[in-house]
Amino acid sequence: MLIALVCGIGATLAYQSMPSIQKFGLSFWRTEIWDPVAGEFGALPFIWGTLYSSVLALLIATPIALGIAIFISELCPALLRQPLVFVTELLAAIPSIVYGLWGIFVLVPAVRSLETSLPNWMRKLPLFSGPPLGLGLLSAALILAIMVIPFISSISREVLKSVPAAQREGAYALGATRFEAIRAAVFYARTGIIGAVMLGFGRALGETMAVTMVIGNNPKVSLSLFAPQYTMAAVVANEFAEAADDLYLSALVEIGLVLFIITLIINACSRLLIWSMARSETFTPEPVEAEAPA
Amino acid sequence: MTPTGRRKLLSSLFVGFCAGAVIVALIPLALVLFFVVSQGIRSLNLAFFTHMPTPVGEAGGGMMNSIVGTLMLSGLAAAMAVPIGVVSGIYLSEYAGSRFAAAVRFAADTLNGVPSIVIGLFAYVVAVLPFKHFSALAGGFALGLMMIPIIARTTEELLLLVPGTMREGALALGATRARAVFSVVLPAALPGIVTGVVLALARIAGETAPLLFTAFNNQYFSTSLEQPISSLTVQVYTYATGPYEDWHRQAWAGALVLVSIVLICSLLARLATRRLERMHARS
Repeated sequence: MLIALVCGIGATLAYQSMPSIQKFGLSFWRTEIWDPVAGEFGALPFIWGTLYSSVLALLIATPIALGIAIFISELCPALLRQPLVFVTELLAAIPSIVYGLWGIFVLVPAVRSLETSLPNWMRKLPLFSGPPLGLGLLSAALILAIMVIPFISSISREVLKSVPAAQREGAYALGATRFEAIRAAVFYARTGIIGAVMLGFGRALGETMAVTMVIGNNPKVSLSLFAPQYTMAAVVANEFAEAADDLYLSALVEIGLVLFIITLIINACSRLLIWSMARSETFTPEPVEAEAPA
Repeated sequence: MTPTGRRKLLSSLFVGFCAGAVIVALIPLALVLFFVVSQGIRSLNLAFFTHMPTPVGEAGGGMMNSIVGTLMLSGLAAAMAVPIGVVSGIYLSEYAGSRFAAAVRFAADTLNGVPSIVIGLFAYVVAVLPFKHFSALAGGFALGLMMIPIIARTTEELLLLVPGTMREGALALGATRARAVFSVVLPAALPGIVTGVVLALARIAGETAPLLFTAFNNQYFSTSLEQPISSLTVQVYTYATGPYEDWHRQAWAGALVLVSIVLICSLLARLATRRLERMHARS
């Protein structure tokens, strides 16, 4: 049943996007023009916006999430552990529409004032060009980072928990400092942690509402962090209900199809990584590399 | 500085970084909760629950239709997802081990990771396009799709928490495998499964993207399954992106209601699973 469902989703979306696939072929993904009135559809701006915002969000989120995971699983006093776990899970449970609302009325103005307070010479760089709207890629990346942190940290925490205690004890016995012992544990758990980060990436790619509300929704490829851009999920959410002609609809469905396939692949890979980690738990651990004296 | 001193310093810096990360992550949570509560409470009153939205420019009004809509949509989703999800969960935990079970588990996990907007697209194609209009049923279908994998996985996990001795005891008394599952294992795990369902409900009640073009939205009060229906989340979205001050107030109030639902559900679920885990630890 579940397997059939996954296949069914793919097949239906593919079927519905046939008109656009036939009409545009591969150039759909290379064209920058998105003009529903003229019937011209190119999805490059959406792919760009999706990847840019997600990668940026991960760059922000990964160190913080790993820090949390390590703090909770290795450093934290036992008394604090349960409350902290609960609080990070709470972050994950807040509906994305609420993040979006908060983003519009709190985060975006904050980002705008940050943008206007930037010194002039920096505003000339392509990275910070454009009017300081507040709505734009930076806000989107920040809100995405806030949303994926709990995912990455809770999975990394599970993975770290499965690292045998002997690993750490061995490191301590060799005279390692806390940092070095933890480094050994993290190194041992690396596949699982990479899996966790990829799972977070999949989340970020598919996140719809919060991003739609703060990214500015402008289909233009731009390097600037301050420029309003657009993501694949956002364009489907915004334009689908009002897409009148068949070609328009099927172009949007095709975007959804590609989003589906990308997230499917990323999810599958990350699950495999995490599983392989969980399975190798029972094996005898490989010898820890001796820590080089600093 | 001696090498050891440097190593110790690095280690302390690292511990400091980790603690800092926790604080950095807690700031947005605190901010989100603070704004939702402080802004929401100002416009949350009895009228919010008992009145219909007023026309633009007229103060007051509430979201009664959206609240009813969200309840109905969640109910529809549960009606569809609970049987399928629970049966899949039972299959996974009791008859697992085969290659097929692994494939099912894998499918459930990937389905869980499919972006909600894609689920919405799928539901549109399957449940809206053939009938040529948006409907509450289509919205419930989309939400149900999202619920199935969550319920399947929690059911599986909770059934696995039931001590193996109970299963074996039933089998030793001559029960068939199905009998053992349905009269012994399932009742033992039932409170847990119910919490799993509640948790899944809390999650889908906060979903917006799959509803945008399945249940759509409705300004009026409707309980018809074949008509578009309003929901709290879509209504908050419309109000938040709209231009009116009064709409924004209502949006914050809606957000507060949503967050409270989620909070209460996860607290309840947490208490219940803790009890079950204790039972498992005792045996």
